[in-house]
Amino acid sequence: MAHNADYDGQWRLIWRRFRKHKLGFAGLLVTAAIYLVAVFAEFLAPADPNAISPRNTYAPPQSLHFFVTDKEGNSSFQPHVLGYKTKIDYDSGRRTFEENPHKVIPVGFFVKGHDYKLLGLIPTERHLFGPVKSRDRIYLLGADRLGRDVLSRMIYGTRVSMSIGLVGVTLSLVLGVLLGGASGYFGGWVDLVVQRVIEFLQSLPSIPLWIGLAAAIPASTPPVQTYLLITVILSIIGWTGLARVVRGKFLSLKTEDFVKAARLDGCSVPRVLVRHMMPSFASHIIAVVTLAIPGMIVAETSLSFLGIGLQQPVVSWGVLLQEAQNIRAISTAPWLFWPGFMVVVAVLALNFLGDGLRDAADPYAT
Amino acid sequence: MGQFMIKRALLMIPTMVAISFVAFLIITLPPGDFVDRIAATAAQDGDRMTDAEIGALREAYGLNRPLLIQYADWVWGMVSRGDFGTSFFYSLPVDQLIWDRLGLTSLLSILTLVFIWIVAIPIGIYSAVRKYSLGDYVFTFFGFIGLAVPNFLLALALLYISFRYLGLSVGGLFSPEYIDAPWSLAKFGDLMAHIWIPMIVLGTAGTAAVIRTIRANLLDELHRPYVTTARAKGMPEHRVLAKYPVRHALNPFVSSLNEIFVQIVSGSTIVSVVLGLQTTGPLLLEALKQEDMYLAATLIMFLGFMTVIGTLFSDILLAWLDPRIRRELSGGS
Repeated sequence: MAHNADYDGQWRLIWRRFRKHKLGFAGLLVTAAIYLVAVFAEFLAPADPNAISPRNTYAPPQSLHFFVTDKEGNSSFQPHVLGYKTKIDYDSGRRTFEENPHKVIPVGFFVKGHDYKLLGLIPTERHLFGPVKSRDRIYLLGADRLGRDVLSRMIYGTRVSMSIGLVGVTLSLVLGVLLGGASGYFGGWVDLVVQRVIEFLQSLPSIPLWIGLAAAIPASTPPVQTYLLITVILSIIGWTGLARVVRGKFLSLKTEDFVKAARLDGCSVPRVLVRHMMPSFASHIIAVVTLAIPGMIVAETSLSFLGIGLQQPVVSWGVLLQEAQNIRAISTAPWLFWPGFMVVVAVLALNFLGDGLRDAADPYAT
Repeated sequence: MGQFMIKRALLMIPTMVAISFVAFLIITLPPGDFVDRIAATAAQDGDRMTDAEIGALREAYGLNRPLLIQYADWVWGMVSRGDFGTSFFYSLPVDQLIWDRLGLTSLLSILTLVFIWIVAIPIGIYSAVRKYSLGDYVFTFFGFIGLAVPNFLLALALLYISFRYLGLSVGGLFSPEYIDAPWSLAKFGDLMAHIWIPMIVLGTAGTAAVIRTIRANLLDELHRPYVTTARAKGMPEHRVLAKYPVRHALNPFVSSLNEIFVQIVSGSTIVSVVLGLQTTGPLLLEALKQEDMYLAATLIMFLGFMTVIGTLFSDILLAWLDPRIRRELSGGS
């Protein structure tokens, strides 16, 4: 071993400990993958999430086939899906779909589709995969009420749902660090007031408060503003947990010898805070923040699901789950549950990641 | 103990006042009120109201007064004559609309808490005692799933499964014939036949959390010398467990009871919307959408009260279990 633990920096030690936490590491990989999907949503989605197709309402998922057999019986490699044979059931007024073995829709990588700007900068129309002929439509995870592709909508929804968690937690963190830090650093009546406020907020059931605040956002509010308002609403209650942790850390560090030494050395308050105290609790804060993100994601999903959070045409997992709200819709089209599955995966991954980080946060513990 | 309980109950009063204020503030602070909603509906029907008409309606509903006066009036009404205001939407006194639903919400929440208790404690103990056994892994796995699945999704999934495979509609708390029937033993039986589904849905996350807490706490205690001593004295294993480490491990659980209760009450709002229960959730959501402010504010206030009372009970329970806390809370005497 070239490295001796005695010479490794704190972050390196944390990383080493974290690597040993298998679930935590798996959580990190999945979380990273989900955020990559969020960043490259346009490239990964085979179809335009808002393109409707009245002929394909509630079309079931198509499965991917890899070989085609021509008339002579030779099979060749050609990924494809099979088109639908539609019948209209006049009794129920619904379409029924069957696979049509004669309607081969070739599927390929890096195909041309709807145009977009990669990372918001580079105009292109290439997609990772999709139908080779851009007029064809494929539904790997089925279609919704308006014949929109559930897979593409889910991929686009990743961006809004995952970022709302990040933005919400960032806001909570700012509030939590300011108020929790003030509470722990100054003590006295500041501490008393902040602590009472935290206890009060934590003793209230959060969902009724959230829906009370969210219901007040007028439906005509522009999407970006709604998005920001929702994050603010989530953070109004979400900061309390973070503030508690920050305060606890401040209280325990305040009396440590190295902090006292720094202060006696004539360091200014900001320098003591940033240079001397921050490094010893930054890792804990990161762990707590990670564990707070899933709560935000679930909260946004719940609000949007109830119809008082984000609204169409914004696509988030919660907005997509609105489609699955009544028993008729989910019994005809159970694939509308897929966004819910993504919520569960994201929440699990972030929880594992957070647990791993928390265990690794103190590399000197045994 | 009695002194402690009185003291603790009196401490609730300022909290309850604060809750009523927050509930009122949440409903009234945002722009737009019930009259705006009426005007908008009228405008949609092609019947544009004049400013004078709108002003007169506001006057009639008392919405043109300053916020604090409205709040004071509302509080005075409920303290002096049990009047929680009028629901604009239903044109009925609020208290005629809420008691049944509040009762059902409390019943559901308490049953869920008991359910969590009954399921999680034995499993938590088992998982700790048989650490890393197959059963432990299975419970840990389900625990993670229970924590990660938002309960409204679980409700949806249950709806789907029972509809698809059992041909049942599991929504609601009563069979149709009992919904408007007066309370009777038969109605209560019908309620019990329906309430277990929302109870399980609401209890899953809490159960998972409690199993984790108890398992971790008990693992910390199991290797303490006092356990070895008890064993060395020839005590049967189950008595060793029940008498010492389990008691110790339950303490943190009791002190987190109120957090779990807050989460149940909070989560029931959304689960009851999905499952169409006759509890406070759907009524609150509707009231909020209609800007029916007194109804919405009263409901939010009572949900807050419910958790405060839950906290009171868990504190009393904790004090009863743990003399150290009792002494500390009643002022060191």
